[in-house]
Amino acid sequence: MATVIERVTKVVVDRLGVDESEVKLEASFRDDLGADSLDVVELVMELEEEFDMQIDDEDAEKIATVGNAVSFIESKIG
Amino acid sequence: MENLLQLKDKNIVVMGVANDRSIAWGIAKSLFEVGANVIFTYRKERSLMKLEKLMAGYEDQEATFIQCDVNSDESIKAAFDTIGAKVGTIHGIVHSVAFANAEDLKNRFLETSRDGYAFAQDTSAYSLIAATKAAHPYMTEGGSIVTMSYLGAERVLEGYNVMGVAKAALEASVRYLAADIGADNIRVNAISAGAIKTLAAKGVPSFNKILNRIEESAPLKRNVTQAEVADMTIVMLSHLSRGVTGETIYIDGGYNIMGI
Repeated sequence: MATVIERVTKVVVDRLGVDESEVKLEASFRDDLGADSLDVVELVMELEEEFDMQIDDEDAEKIATVGNAVSFIESKIG
Repeated sequence: MENLLQLKDKNIVVMGVANDRSIAWGIAKSLFEVGANVIFTYRKERSLMKLEKLMAGYEDQEATFIQCDVNSDESIKAAFDTIGAKVGTIHGIVHSVAFANAEDLKNRFLETSRDGYAFAQDTSAYSLIAATKAAHPYMTEGGSIVTMSYLGAERVLEGYNVMGVAKAALEASVRYLAADIGADNIRVNAISAGAIKTLAAKGVPSFNKILNRIEESAPLKRNVTQAEVADMTIVMLSHLSRGVTGETIYIDGGYNIMGI
């Protein structure tokens, strides 16, 4: 079973078309991975699907980096 | 089936693909299946890139991409003139375009700005009239125009606000257009799609709440899929629905009939 980080990385690589090596925990979707606002929304939707969860708007707004996404998901799936 | 639909080799313009979740993309996929010739319009380069990527999975399928900004009459006219010059006759249009400013969806409805109201109407409702007008000279064999609406046009849905008013105008425009161009054998209908997780829907606050609510109370006890909305759109574009115009058709698992 892949870890949360591995699964998030895969989603980010697929959606944003970036290299796996660029997907570090501290990487910002917008500043480092070249995502625009719509890309971030798409990414959140992909994560919801991958982890079978709902990410509400207030939570989604706080997800700015790969690390933010991983810790949010880990806190949800415990 | 082909004979029932009569969509093979027909030229259908699809407006509003943003990504693979777009309802318009689902419709395009169904149109490929029935052998239609699909012409995509897009506004932003971003969407063109997405479209080209999506089409990579359909190598045998020929597709045309035309830039069209629905907020500009010149752009709409240029787009349809280009399409007309290329394919000759336009047989159908799928209009799946809408936009409202985020703050007009987030704030109280009371706070709706004059500009935001006008922009939502222009992009989401007037664009149907403008596109129909621009396509009309090329729809010489009759045809069918289908637009995407939502229940927020007639009921209050939290967070849908100014877009609900725009969809109400869109559905009324469908009726007036249908009456106006019915004599040219062109039909105009709206599909009121149930909540589907698209990029646009994600812009509606409390959208997840809406999805959950539908699962509880819709007669079919579930949300509808992109493919289900696409298939009904195919029906409305096809020979099967030749006697139907000016209607709003619900593809929502029956949700709209429920009181609570």
